[in-house]
Amino acid sequence: MPEIAGVGPARARRPFFGRLAEQYRTSNKVGYVMVLPYIAHFLLFTAYPLVFALILVFNRWDIVTPMEFIGLRNIQRLFRDATFWTAVVNTLKFLCCHIPLQIVLSLLIAVILNGPIKFRSFFRGAFFLPFVISGAVVTILWQQLYSTDAGILNLILTRIGMQPVPWLTDPAWAIYSIAIMATWKNMGFYIVLFLAGLQNVPPELYEAASIDGANRTQQFWGITLPLLQPVMLLVVILSTIGGFSLFIEPFVMTGGGPAESTLSVVLYLYKQAFQFLRMGYAATIGFALAIMIFIVTFIQRRLLDTDQPV
Amino acid sequence: MRNLTKALGYILLTIAALTFIYPFLWMASASLKPENEIGTLALISRNFSLRGYSAVFKQIPIGRALFNSGFVSITSTASVLVLSSMVGYALARLRFVGRDSIFNLVLLTMMIPGQLLLIPMYILVVRLGWTDSYRALIIPALISNMGIIVFRQFFKSLPQDLVDAARIDGCSDYRILFQIFWPLSKPVLITVGIITFIGSWNEVLWPLIVIRRWSMMTMPQMVTLFHVGGLAGAQVAAEMAAAMMLALPVIVAYLFFQRYFIESLALSGIKG
Repeated sequence: MPEIAGVGPARARRPFFGRLAEQYRTSNKVGYVMVLPYIAHFLLFTAYPLVFALILVFNRWDIVTPMEFIGLRNIQRLFRDATFWTAVVNTLKFLCCHIPLQIVLSLLIAVILNGPIKFRSFFRGAFFLPFVISGAVVTILWQQLYSTDAGILNLILTRIGMQPVPWLTDPAWAIYSIAIMATWKNMGFYIVLFLAGLQNVPPELYEAASIDGANRTQQFWGITLPLLQPVMLLVVILSTIGGFSLFIEPFVMTGGGPAESTLSVVLYLYKQAFQFLRMGYAATIGFALAIMIFIVTFIQRRLLDTDQPV
Repeated sequence: MRNLTKALGYILLTIAALTFIYPFLWMASASLKPENEIGTLALISRNFSLRGYSAVFKQIPIGRALFNSGFVSITSTASVLVLSSMVGYALARLRFVGRDSIFNLVLLTMMIPGQLLLIPMYILVVRLGWTDSYRALIIPALISNMGIIVFRQFFKSLPQDLVDAARIDGCSDYRILFQIFWPLSKPVLITVGIITFIGSWNEVLWPLIVIRRWSMMTMPQMVTLFHVGGLAGAQVAAEMAAAMMLALPVIVAYLFFQRYFIESLALSGIKG
């Protein structure tokens, strides 16, 4: 037995490398030239930064003085850093408001638009407009609309006899105000996704259901919603990634305040790196962020896509 | 009953559409209004003036920023189209050892969130001495994984006869790609072009990190800093005017090519 075990791999190896060499000889060499830009880009702008990020996690570095190895202290610090966890909780609060709002409103409008509607492309175009506009513009504009004293949102509220809302000045409100704005900015995009999903529902299903006596509401809950599950999953995943990537919104509107109530993870990373020059710690936050995005999308796939393997 | 739900649908849609369009109209109007009229709902004022715009031109080099943004976005978009289609072509149509591994690498690296690489990328740019230069903005954006995947998928669907016939005529792979495949790939070129251009035009975090000099800033960065840095003072009209100048090129392009924008950007979500 040992003889065979010793000979086996050696025998297998030679034909393997032989085959590889043979395949290389018959390979189209132009292919290597053509993928060269990608390889160069990958090595310089993905592989190198990735390795460097990993090194930074174990070091303290302010760019100016030499790097100092500190072992796991960045990671320990991250777990004890109350401000970091505030940023995570803020993101979760944002998502708890943003995702349900996004799904309900986009789906509602997509269902209406999917009916026999005139001017469909005008409406679709209007809803999609904020999605193509820079986040900087949208945020600067909404900061004005949200202004407690001079904003037109509060002007409208007081006109119809309601109390003005301290949109961005009250820590209890601010993150939800940002969530509403983000919903407004991205809704057109999700409407288009839902519309595509709705158009993929076979009409025979509705016909069969109405012959069986199911009314429109029953058809919606029994046919439309289950068939839209893949789109729903996409919406949830993309909104979650968007939530964890929040930066320009708090950067422009609130600077993370009031009382750190709108501090996002990326804004915290930015502050650690460029205000306090803690490159090692900022890279650690970057890793934590990437891991959280992976975990959340993985869980959501499992929860929402129960009958399909991940 | 049917008519009632239909009417209700239209009313709902119209209200919704208004909440999406009105803020932009308000912004355009506010950029032209005198300060004391900005806190009103009216879109038209008798006192419209270009004072907000002239204030922007006086206080920040916004013309330079417009040029920078245009230059960076156009160069990187052109490069993404050429290089990504080249890689996509090789991965779709050429046979060579390691091809599938490279494709898997493209798929894998697409899943890495950009924020993870932000700090080391910044340090790399500092070490290369690229800060405050076009190189920092353009070179990392010369090729795109999304573009490679979209081109590869499309090129796989083109008939092999085309390639065979061209090869018999003695065409090189470069000529097959740029003279035979490109003219057949207009929809994909438009899609990748729009996604890349809009992404580049609207990008704000990366320029904020690698550019400090006002003369090298892009539009989103300069408009943001004009607003956040307090340079605009309390002049809301000037802030809105700066924001308008950032939004207007995209809005105009969107009005002309709406369908392409929607189809392309919806795809960008599905492709990641």
